Amino acid sequence: MSTPAVSAAVPAAGGGSGSAVRLEDLHRSYGDVHALDGLTLDVEPGSMLVLLGPSGCGKTTALRALAGLEDVDRGRVLVDGRDVTDMPASKRDMGMVFQAYSLFPHLSALENVAFGLRMRRVGTAERRRRAGEALELVGLSGLADRYAGQMSGGQQQRVALARALAIRPRVLLLDEPLSALDARVRTQLREEIRRIQLEVGTTAVFVTHDQEEALAVADQVGVMSAGRLEQLAAPQEVYDRPATRFVAEFVGLSSRVPATVRDGRAVTAAGEVPLLPGSADGPRVDVLVRPESVVVTPDGSPGSPEGAGTGARGRVVHASFLGALARVRLATDDGEVLAQLPAVDAVGLGPGTAVSWRLAATAALAVPPGEGTS
Amino acid sequence: MAELTALRSQVPPAQRRAPLARRRRRRQALQRWVVVTVLGIFFLLPLYAMVEFTTRAPSGSGRTLDVWRTLADVRSLADQYPDLLDGLVASAELVLLTVALMLVLLVPTMIWVRLRLPWLRRPMEFVCLLPLTVPAIVLVVGLAPVYAWVAYFLGPASWTLCFAYAILVLPFAYRALDAGLQAVDVRTLSEAARSLGAGWGTVITRVVLPNIRSAVLSASFLSVALVLGEFTVANLLSRTNVQVAINLLGKRDPSISVAVSLAALLIAFALLLVLSLAGIRRRRRGPRAGRTDEPVLAVTPVSLEET
Amino acid sequence: MTSDAASAPALRDRAVPAAVGTSSGGRRGRRLAATAASLLGVVPFGLLVTFFLVIPTLVVVIGSFLDAGNRFTFANVRGLTEDVVVQAYARSVWISAVTAVLGAAFGALLAHAVSTAAPGGVLRRVVTAACGVLAQFGGVTLAFAFLATFGFTGFVTVWLQHTFGVDPYGAGGWLTDTPGLLLVYTYFQIPLMVVVFLPALDGLRPQWREATESLGGSTWAYWRHVAGPVLLPSFLGSMLLLFANAFSAYATAKALISQGSPIVPLKIDAAISGEVITGQDNIGKAMALGMVVVVAIVLWLYARLQRRTSAWLS
Repeated sequence: MSTPAVSAAVPAAGGGSGSAVRLEDLHRSYGDVHALDGLTLDVEPGSMLVLLGPSGCGKTTALRALAGLEDVDRGRVLVDGRDVTDMPASKRDMGMVFQAYSLFPHLSALENVAFGLRMRRVGTAERRRRAGEALELVGLSGLADRYAGQMSGGQQQRVALARALAIRPRVLLLDEPLSALDARVRTQLREEIRRIQLEVGTTAVFVTHDQEEALAVADQVGVMSAGRLEQLAAPQEVYDRPATRFVAEFVGLSSRVPATVRDGRAVTAAGEVPLLPGSADGPRVDVLVRPESVVVTPDGSPGSPEGAGTGARGRVVHASFLGALARVRLATDDGEVLAQLPAVDAVGLGPGTAVSWRLAATAALAVPPGEGTS
Repeated sequence: MAELTALRSQVPPAQRRAPLARRRRRRQALQRWVVVTVLGIFFLLPLYAMVEFTTRAPSGSGRTLDVWRTLADVRSLADQYPDLLDGLVASAELVLLTVALMLVLLVPTMIWVRLRLPWLRRPMEFVCLLPLTVPAIVLVVGLAPVYAWVAYFLGPASWTLCFAYAILVLPFAYRALDAGLQAVDVRTLSEAARSLGAGWGTVITRVVLPNIRSAVLSASFLSVALVLGEFTVANLLSRTNVQVAINLLGKRDPSISVAVSLAALLIAFALLLVLSLAGIRRRRRGPRAGRTDEPVLAVTPVSLEET
Repeated sequence: MTSDAASAPALRDRAVPAAVGTSSGGRRGRRLAATAASLLGVVPFGLLVTFFLVIPTLVVVIGSFLDAGNRFTFANVRGLTEDVVVQAYARSVWISAVTAVLGAAFGALLAHAVSTAAPGGVLRRVVTAACGVLAQFGGVTLAFAFLATFGFTGFVTVWLQHTFGVDPYGAGGWLTDTPGLLLVYTYFQIPLMVVVFLPALDGLRPQWREATESLGGSTWAYWRHVAGPVLLPSFLGSMLLLFANAFSAYATAKALISQGSPIVPLKIDAAISGEVITGQDNIGKAMALGMVVVVAIVLWLYARLQRRTSAWLS
């Protein structure tokens, strides 16, 4: 059974005009594989929930179960309190954006967008008007007469979004809509999707494996693994206060630093760190620290007048410059540690440079030593 | 009524009716089997009739395997039906010669054009697909004078048909080889080999050919199928092959000709089935594993002649 | 490495375009020589194609306009307008059209059934292998199969006579006439349709169906508004291919029909074999030319339809 760490839900910014969604104890197996293993979560009306996890964690299955495209073995799907588990997909009134290839190739963009309205027997004039509005919402009014084969990937996905929104759905479902696009189009389009979702106020569920994407657009992030919910919380919460080891390692970067537990704090060679709830008991543990919590002081710099500063010793293995930031990999007595600092401070840190490093007092999660992958 | 409702609410909702997608899948499966069965009967009927026909006892009632026994015994076949044996031998020769011709002429030429004469690609494609527009019955009209010359130089034997067959086979072999060459980026491979010091001969035999092996096999199988089924050209040029022999035999002895026809059909079916099994297994190991390409569909010649 | 000799100049030319101090005429001459050397490689293939494809085609085309004395004439082409010939063309077109429609309809049904089956499963493999065989093995084998089934002493004929007292041959021979050809041709048209149309069905993306559903469409709506229109060009194209296939068919009819030449291919056979009247050679060529024109038109339409489907269904 999953015990999601649900924190105070962030109220929807769009005024909550969307529907409330509840997935209750969903189970779904394919032979021996448990795609969904007791998933329960609530989505606030008008908010954007992002389901985040690696391939095979069940996030897409959960989305498709919500859409009605996938059956469930056990459990219920409720929309606005109504049990829709037995309702066919065509009656659920949800708009879905697929990863790729979902535009009908024989229809123009406008006709694609108007398709759902056509299924609902909306009159021709009204149909064209509403479809035109939806296209305008995604900024593609000029492409109304183009066909899928004549549009870029980003444009196709925008048309797909317009098509899903034209029917004024109860819930907007997005199945990795950006995964097939170039990096730059991806960042552009995800901001637009978020802006449009807030503007229209529809409840939305967004599935992705890209954690940067998830943190950027979500009101709530649901981290999933092996068919279960690991944590359901606001993006900042998931990043700063991961509830389980999986979340701590999957979201953001982290390094393992061996420590001993004393009075609810982890004591390492590089300093003491308060522990998050859910940490392992010890006495010996590994603490998962974020790169920005690792403070690096090169020998001979103002912070270390005699050549050796406070904290542990380390040697630079490699420094990657990422524009404004730099990520420095240090070799220490207890293994490798990843540090992050402003690029200007990392200028002299070539491979082999001796440094001191210590941990900032940010709360971190402790896990049993030497376990799992990182 | 209240009890019923209470009872219903106790049953987990998702178990009250079979899930939707599963219901649709079951309905589809039923439709599928009905269609296949009905059409299956239509298609199996002549095959059954062939079995029935070839096992009729001469006395009028009862069954006999005489015809099949004769067929299985090659020596008695040679005695009683020498023309049939001639036809079988001729077809065997033609299969080997046509495939050899296709391999020796078409494969190197296609690779060569791709590498050295790219401006010839479109004209070559046009030429290779031309036989599709010219049905065999039409081609043979024009082949008659050409084959008069061939007979003058090489004799009237049936094996000389291999040249005409190589032409008939062109569109299908070309398509199979073209697909294989597209998939491999011959240009880059040959440039890499040349930059490492290989000559053109080496490039063709040791760099390109091993990579288009399955396309070559596919083209060969297409050629075999077409040559074995060919009748028009052989018949109108007064030469023999297995189909011509069967046709002639049919007038004399319907039983054995029907038996040979059935045997040919069943052997071809078994071969294709084996090929489809081998094809799928081979592809599963390849880079495009997971895509169930139908080797049968790719391999079956859409022949506009041999029907 | 003797092939290197011819290729070395080309390689040098490419790698060092302006370095060698020769005049442009000399460089061009060398490149021409290199091209000529490359062309040598295609000569054997070219010879085969010339003698066994180009020349026969020219013989047919030119021969249609020559008379017995090798003088230019339209007489042969005009001979195509004779009643007997027109009837043969009409019958060929009729049989081809009917069997194309029947083959397309039932073939599409069967292909659809196969496409819903598990890929790589038993049903799919057996049916596609069977279709592959039956589509190819028209001709003599098929004719005999049908003689064994529906012929004078065929299984079904005898069964009908004994069980129902019905004699299919009461009104005269039917198997060796148009009705027979219709039946036999349909027998290989259906599998051919499966072979040709199945790839198009496989090209239908599951996302289209799911998108239709989530937008509120039923199964009927999906077929009517999405799958139908998308498949239509491919369906029509396949039907055209079936038409061309039946129109060109010779072997089946030859094996089935012993008397008379009701369709064009058999008429051509009769003309050039000198069976009916000798010296009909060039009329046969004119008829052959007529066939080529018909088939060429059909295949051109097919190619145009293919262009649209390949974009949608690849």
